[in-house]
Amino acid sequence: MTSILSKRWLLVFIVALLIVAPIVAPSTQVLLTLALAKSLAVLGVIVLLQAGQVSFGHALFFAIAAYGAAFLGRSMGGGEILLNLVLGVVAASAVALIVGLFIVRYRHIFFGMLNLAASMIFYSFLEKFYYITGGSDGLSVPRPTVLGMALERAEFEWILFYGALLLVLGALALTHRFLTSPLGQMMRAIKTNEVRLEYLGVSSRRVLLAGYVLSAALCGLGGALMATAQGIVTPEYAWWIRSGEFVFIAILGGAGSVNGALVGALAYEFVKNYAAAFAADIWQLVLGTVLLVVILFAPNGIVGLSQRLGNGRSEKEEAGQ
Amino acid sequence: MSETVLLQAKDLEIRFGGVIAASGINIEIMEHKNLAIIGPNGAGKTTFLNMCTGYLKPHAGKIFFDGEDVTGIAPRKLVRKGVARAFQIPQLFTEHTVLENMLMAGAAQARNWAPLTRIDRIAQRGEMVHMLEMIKCAHLADRLVSELPEGQRKLIDIALALALKPRLLFMDEPTSGVASSEKFEVLEIISGALQESKVTAVFVEHDMGIVERFADEVAVWNRGQVLFRGAPDDILKHPDVIRDVIGEEL
Amino acid sequence: MNVQLFALAIVDGVSYAALVFLVAVGLTLIFGVLRVLNVAHGSFYAIGAYTTASVGGAIFAAGFSPWLAFPLMIVAAVLVGTLIGGPIEKFLLSRIYHLEDVLQILVTFAVFLILEDFQRLVWGVQPLFEATALNQLGTVTVFGITYTAYQLIFLPVVAVLVLVGLRLGLRRTLTGRLITAVTEDREAAITIGIDAEKVYLITFIVGASLAALGGALASATTSVVPGMGADMIVLSFAVVATAGLGQIEGAAITALMIGLGRSFAVYVWPEMQVLVPYLIMFGVLLVRPQGLFGGIEARKI
Repeated sequence: MTSILSKRWLLVFIVALLIVAPIVAPSTQVLLTLALAKSLAVLGVIVLLQAGQVSFGHALFFAIAAYGAAFLGRSMGGGEILLNLVLGVVAASAVALIVGLFIVRYRHIFFGMLNLAASMIFYSFLEKFYYITGGSDGLSVPRPTVLGMALERAEFEWILFYGALLLVLGALALTHRFLTSPLGQMMRAIKTNEVRLEYLGVSSRRVLLAGYVLSAALCGLGGALMATAQGIVTPEYAWWIRSGEFVFIAILGGAGSVNGALVGALAYEFVKNYAAAFAADIWQLVLGTVLLVVILFAPNGIVGLSQRLGNGRSEKEEAGQ
Repeated sequence: MSETVLLQAKDLEIRFGGVIAASGINIEIMEHKNLAIIGPNGAGKTTFLNMCTGYLKPHAGKIFFDGEDVTGIAPRKLVRKGVARAFQIPQLFTEHTVLENMLMAGAAQARNWAPLTRIDRIAQRGEMVHMLEMIKCAHLADRLVSELPEGQRKLIDIALALALKPRLLFMDEPTSGVASSEKFEVLEIISGALQESKVTAVFVEHDMGIVERFADEVAVWNRGQVLFRGAPDDILKHPDVIRDVIGEEL
Repeated sequence: MNVQLFALAIVDGVSYAALVFLVAVGLTLIFGVLRVLNVAHGSFYAIGAYTTASVGGAIFAAGFSPWLAFPLMIVAAVLVGTLIGGPIEKFLLSRIYHLEDVLQILVTFAVFLILEDFQRLVWGVQPLFEATALNQLGTVTVFGITYTAYQLIFLPVVAVLVLVGLRLGLRRTLTGRLITAVTEDREAAITIGIDAEKVYLITFIVGASLAALGGALASATTSVVPGMGADMIVLSFAVVATAGLGQIEGAAITALMIGLGRSFAVYVWPEMQVLVPYLIMFGVLLVRPQGLFGGIEARKI
C-alpha cells in the first residue's frame, strides 16, 4: 500500500508544481514544455525497457514526427497544432511498423544497435539531402493555429504548455493501463521467458511489435510537440546523442514505472539547463558517471529512491506506534 | 473408449552434428491413454518432445496431429491446435506472480489481449484461480515465481500448459527436482488435474514406480529409436528393458 | 566510371576495410568470450588514434626518426588496450556479468559516454593530423594512378597478419586455447578449472588493443576528430552483425564488402556513402538473421 501511495503522491506533487510553475516563475515555461515533450519520448523508451530491450535509436521516431510537423506546417502555410500532433504520431507509428517488423526479430544488443543504425540512416539522410530537408540548418516550423485560432506567441506558449501537460498525463495513464493489461504483461514476459510465451501460443515478436509501435507513437507525439515548441527542426533531432539522452533519462527517472519518464525528464532538463554552464565540457562524462551510479546502486531510479524513502518513513511511523 | 490416434510420428530423424538423436521413430499416441517414455540419458526422449511440440524440425519424417500434418510448424501454432508442453526445467515468467503467470496463460488461450484492461480483472480469472486450486497451489497465487522452490514451480509449469485446454500434454520429467518422498503426492495432484481436464498425457519419467502407477502404456527409447512399447506390466518386466534401462536407473 | 576511378575505389575500399576489420574483430572476439557487446569499443579506436597522433607529433618535433611512427602505433595500441581496457574489464565489467543483458548494455554505454568526454578533456576538439607514417612509405603507381604505399600495401598486410596471427594464436598457444574453450562452453571451461576471470581480462585487453591499433593506423590517413569513436562503433557493429557474431574470418570478408560498398558509393553517389554499410547490413540480416557466417543457436530446454 505504502509504495502505491508514495508513488501517487509523488506524481500529484509534481503535477501541482507543474501547474503553478509557469505562473510563479514564467521564465521556466519554455523549459518545462520541452521537458514535457521529452518525457513522452522517454515514456516510449520505458515501454521497451519493460520487455528488457533498450533502443539506442528512438530519436528516429522523434525526428520523423518533428520533420513531419515541419513539412505539414510549411505546406499549409502555418498549419494546425492538432494536425501536427496527429501526423507526428501517425508517421512515427507507420515507420515503426515497417522498421519494427524487422527489428523485433532481434534482442538485446542487436535490438539496440539496429535501432541505432536505423536512426543513423535517417540522420545522414537529413544531413545530406539538404535540398529536401534543409541539411544541418534544418527547417523552421511555423507557429500553427490552435483549433483554427491564430494566437500571439505568449498565448500560444501558455496553451502549448498546459496542453502538453494534459497530453503527458493522458499518455502516462494510457501507457500504465497498457502495461498492466494482458498484452502489456506479455511485453514484460518477453524479458523473462520467451520460450514459455511461445508455448502459450503467443508470438513474442508480435507482442514486441505492439510495444514497439506504441513506443514509437509516444516518441512521435513528443517529437511533434518539441518541433512545434522550438519552431525549428534540425538533424540533431535524430542524432544518437538524443536517443542516448532518452535512455539516460529513463534509467535516471526509473524504468520500472511510467512516472519515471516525467520525473526523470524534469530533473534532467533542470539540471542540464542550470548545470550546463559549469559542466558543458564534461556533460557526457557526468551523464555516464550518473548512469553507472544509478545502475549499480539505485536500479529503480529517482522514483525508486523516493519510494524507498517513503517506505522507510512509513515503516518508522508504524514502528513508532 | 474409442481408439483415436491423437498424434502419429512417422520415420522421424534428426542429427546434431554427428550425433543421431532420432533415427526412424515411429509411434502412435492414442487419445486418453497416458504414455510414459522411459530410456537412458541421451536416448533422445527430450528431442522427441522437442520435435512433437515444434521446437525442433525433424530432418526427415512426418508428424501428424489429429490426422493433420504438423511437421515443423511453430510451437505457438501447435499450441493453438491443442498440443501443450511442460518442461524439465520449469519455463515460467519469474518476475510475475503465480496468478499473473496463470492469467497470461488464460488470456493467451482465450486470445484476450484487452490492451486497456488490468490483467487481474480479465474474464478468465475465475477459471485460472480454479486451476490453481486443482493443483493445490491456490495459496501461492500472490507469490513471485522466483521465490518458489523447484517442486512448486514444476506444478505451476504444468498448470500453465493445462490452462491452454490442450488435448495432448507433453511433460518432460514432471517429478525431477521433487523430493522422492513427495513424488507420488505430486503426481497424484497432476493426474487428478489431467483427469478433470480430460487431457491425454505423454511424460518422460525415470522413476519406474511412478511409471507403473500412472501410465497406461510405456514406450522404451534408446539411441534415438523406440525399442518396445506396451502395457507397463509387460514392458517393465522385459529382461532387455531391465538390463538396458531399469538397471541403469538403479 | 572509368578504369582509374574503379581502381581507386577498390584501393580505397580495401584500405578502409583493413581498419574496420581490426576494430570489428576485437569486438567480435570480446563478445565471443564475455558475451558482452561493448558499446565503448569505438572509444578504444578513437583513443588509439589520438594517442598515436599526439605522441607522434611530439617525438617527431623533437627530432626523432620518422620510422619510429610504426613501433609507436603498436606501443600505443597495447598501452591503450592494457591501461584503459584492462581496468574497465577488471573493475567494472567483471562486476556486471551476473546482471541482466539490458543493464550490461547500459553500463558499456555509460563507459562510452565517459570516454567520449575523456578524449575531449585530454586532446581538445581541434582535429589532429600526423601523417609521418603515411609519408614515410612513399607512393606506388598502379594502373596509371599513384597511391600511397601505406594504404595500398601496408594496411591490408597488417590486417591479414592480424587475421592469421589471431587464428594461429587461438589454435596454437595455451592462452588462445583457453580463450577458445571459454568461447565454446563457458560452464564446462570453468568446471575443468580454467580461470575464467583471467581469460576475460586477457581477451578484453587483446580486443581493445586491436581496436586501438585500428585507430593508430587510421591516424596516419585521416584527421583525428571528436566523434570518430561513435561512428566506428556503429560501423564495426554493422560488420560483426552482418558476418555473424563471433566469426573472425567472416568479419574480414564482411569488412571488405562494406569497405568496398562504401568507397564505390563515394564515387557513384556520394550522399549514400554513410548509408551503404547499414543498407548492406539490413539487406543481409533480412535474408539471414544470424548473419552471413553465423550459426543458429537454439536454447536448451
